[in-house]
Amino acid sequence: MTDFPLPAAAETVRRVREDPHRLGHRDPHAHETIEGIGHGTTGPATKRVIVGYGFWIFLLSDIVMFSAFFAAFAVQRGATAGGPGVSELVDMHRVGWETGALLLSSYTCGLSFAATNARSKLWTQVFLLVTGLLGLIFVGLELLEFVDLAGRGIVPQRSGFLSAFFGLVGLHGVHVTLAGMWLLTMMAQVQLKGFRPEIVHRLICFNLFWHALDIVWIGIFTIVYLMGAVA
Amino acid sequence: MFGKLSWSAIPWDQPIPLITVAVLILIGAGLLGLVTYKGWWPYLWTEWITSVDHKRIGIMYILLGVLGLARGFADAIMMRTQQAIAVGGSQGYLPPEHYNQIFSAHGTIMIFFAAMPLVIGFMNFVTPLQLGVRDVAFPTMNSVSLWLSASGFLLVNVSLFIGEFARTGWLPYPPLSEAGYSPGVGVDYYLWAIQIAGVGTLMTGINFVTTVLKMRCPGMSYLRMPMFCWTTLAASLLIVAVFPILTATLAMLSLDRFFGWHYFTGDAGGNPMMFVNLIWAWGHPEVYILVLPCFGIFSEIFSTFSGKPLFGYRSMVAATLFICIVSLMVWLHHFFTMGAGPAVNTFFGIASSVIAVGTGVKVYNWIFTMYGGRVRFSVPMLWSLGFIFTFVIGGMTGVLLAVPPADFLVHNSMFLVAHFHNVIVGGVVFALFAALDYWFPKAFGFRLHPGWGAAAFWFSFIGFWVTFTPLYILGLEGMTRRLQHVNIPEWGPMLQISAFGVAILVVGAACQIIMLVVSILQRDRLRDTSGDPWDGRSLEWATPSPAPFFNFATTPNVEGEEAYWGIKLAAIESQRLGPEPKYEPIHMPVNSPVGFYTAVFATMFGFALIWQIWWLAGLGFVGALAGFVVFAWRDVHEYWVPAEEVARVDRARRAARQALLDQIPEQPEGAPA
Repeated sequence: MTDFPLPAAAETVRRVREDPHRLGHRDPHAHETIEGIGHGTTGPATKRVIVGYGFWIFLLSDIVMFSAFFAAFAVQRGATAGGPGVSELVDMHRVGWETGALLLSSYTCGLSFAATNARSKLWTQVFLLVTGLLGLIFVGLELLEFVDLAGRGIVPQRSGFLSAFFGLVGLHGVHVTLAGMWLLTMMAQVQLKGFRPEIVHRLICFNLFWHALDIVWIGIFTIVYLMGAVA
Repeated sequence: MFGKLSWSAIPWDQPIPLITVAVLILIGAGLLGLVTYKGWWPYLWTEWITSVDHKRIGIMYILLGVLGLARGFADAIMMRTQQAIAVGGSQGYLPPEHYNQIFSAHGTIMIFFAAMPLVIGFMNFVTPLQLGVRDVAFPTMNSVSLWLSASGFLLVNVSLFIGEFARTGWLPYPPLSEAGYSPGVGVDYYLWAIQIAGVGTLMTGINFVTTVLKMRCPGMSYLRMPMFCWTTLAASLLIVAVFPILTATLAMLSLDRFFGWHYFTGDAGGNPMMFVNLIWAWGHPEVYILVLPCFGIFSEIFSTFSGKPLFGYRSMVAATLFICIVSLMVWLHHFFTMGAGPAVNTFFGIASSVIAVGTGVKVYNWIFTMYGGRVRFSVPMLWSLGFIFTFVIGGMTGVLLAVPPADFLVHNSMFLVAHFHNVIVGGVVFALFAALDYWFPKAFGFRLHPGWGAAAFWFSFIGFWVTFTPLYILGLEGMTRRLQHVNIPEWGPMLQISAFGVAILVVGAACQIIMLVVSILQRDRLRDTSGDPWDGRSLEWATPSPAPFFNFATTPNVEGEEAYWGIKLAAIESQRLGPEPKYEPIHMPVNSPVGFYTAVFATMFGFALIWQIWWLAGLGFVGALAGFVVFAWRDVHEYWVPAEEVARVDRARRAARQALLDQIPEQPEGAPA
């Protein structure tokens, strides 16, 4: 089925060995050196650890970028310039469906990686596809919301507050859209190239990215929508 | 079809940019012609443009930085001469709108396209060698970083000929930089050049955090890393923490300018001070991104040329990380006059002063490193000594500015200009020239001419003080910065002394060029056959000069601090090298043109957005994306260097080391002279 050189079990053993913290697998007070984690005593880490680690660092930087937009939203929350305030643009019903779709997509994304670990191309593709469709629903609902608001004259050019609102929510939407394009190329790679090590590494990164976008959405859902609804 | 672009964008009526561009095009065409005539394209393409070797990328970064330094210095010469002339009745030779572009371009280029590429260049060249590994964590991404930086620099220079550059200073404060007050494309050139280069810098930060934390040779634990690696780590952490803020802030300003949003406008709920806060939340850590690796460079040099381990290594590590963290908490001192109130100003004033404690620890450590050592006054050491003197004075004027009541008096004055040049020229530029001299043999296999190097140092050092001391005085007398014309005739003599200082600096720069030419001509006499020309202490000196593309034939095994020093002492004591290792094939990453292609499309994308040519922007974006997809599709990532080739290179290295060893008389005890 795949051209991956190791059977799944061997890969799993290797994965557990490479788990930097060996959660649940190691006495935390043990001092034996562990190969391939790059902690200095044993030389450079394996490619898998390096790729995952680097991507975590990127995610942190991306979250810093979001935090700048969150800060702008916090500063300009009251700067409505006589226009609509935050409570006038929250439609909790729609946002609830959006949030549900995105949270569910995180779950299916996790399932896709479980399938990757089992080296099942079929189920990896199925769950990646479901993830992508749920992401599409999310972006679609968000676009509907923006079109709806624009129809009521609520556009970013209206006030500083609305700039900050559309900027923050829109930035997240752009991220999800780009992640969807990434997802498509990953599906193509898995289909045509199989579970090569570098493709599995990219699937790890894609999973991390998708979950990170979910976490950011929870921030937006809470700070923009929930706190807006009670304002 | 072409958005805002038309023939009127070319400044036919302004001779200075036209002549500059004509000269640049002539030089560029000449170079391209020479390369074509000599048939060097295949070599350039395979060995440099598509190279993913961290040393080659480092050298190309340094070349980019030197180009930026030349352009920024030309702007500086124009500003100093303009101010020396335009006193009282005279208007000088630069009209205000041109002068404003020059000071904006000077600051932008010097920070983003001179200091940053030079610092990142040395990080690239040195860090993997010092860590005892064969490359950085993500070699191809490193190439993308380089070419995106080059793309940004290209856009800044295109603005000379097509359109204009920003007139808003090196940080475009709104509302002046909003579309209503700066309707031209100048600010857009700034925004997109910095956005593209900023993405490259962010990728460099990610790359080096991962490299230092996850890619060290066996035995290289944290507290055995050379100081330069620690400072690389600290600077890279800062890049990851703050460059996204810059990206976000400039994106918000672009939304305001392009689509009439209200993040920073003066009306409709926009908040210009939010821009100032955000941009300095990036901007202040940025100066530490520049200066921390330079502190690392000085640490290496003081220790090497004093023949002693670095004094207080652990306190140096602590001070580096202290500065790294506190630098994130001082941004408001750039605008005490905003009116945030005494409590806020006091907090930031104290935080700013506290940074001087960490820096003070470092300065004393460097002085104590020299104490009791066998100090050699080679050229890198001259720059380092000049640095201590210059930087300490710059730091003291900085502590003065950190006191809010004093800051209110000299805010935005020439005193401030003198202060930050005092720390950046003294701290960063001196370090980069020292590093150039220090690591040049490792890159090219021969040393730089010491006589011309010393001359360059003395002219630059004296020229610096003659240029900037008058500016301190003028600032205290109340002269504000960025003046195209000065009304007070009494300030004329000081401005003319300052211009004379620039003339001395020009002589210093000429000495550097002569040094390079003379060194290349005399390269056989200056050849470094040993690979260890300065009696170094860290692992880069264990490789031959120039270092082979795989750096180390066998991965070093580090058994203590100062990895190479220990190996060297053992060899000298026993009068022989260690046993020949068993050579094995090495796998190395293959070259990739993806960095270059990405930069071509990024330049297209940036240029299109500046002129609002939307179809071209779409083409650039899709092109860059397609490049990555094609890259992800490739089947070959690495190739093997056969063991025989590794053995051949390493046996030559061992023969050179043995020859060096044979020259050293038997040492009864202690370190070699």
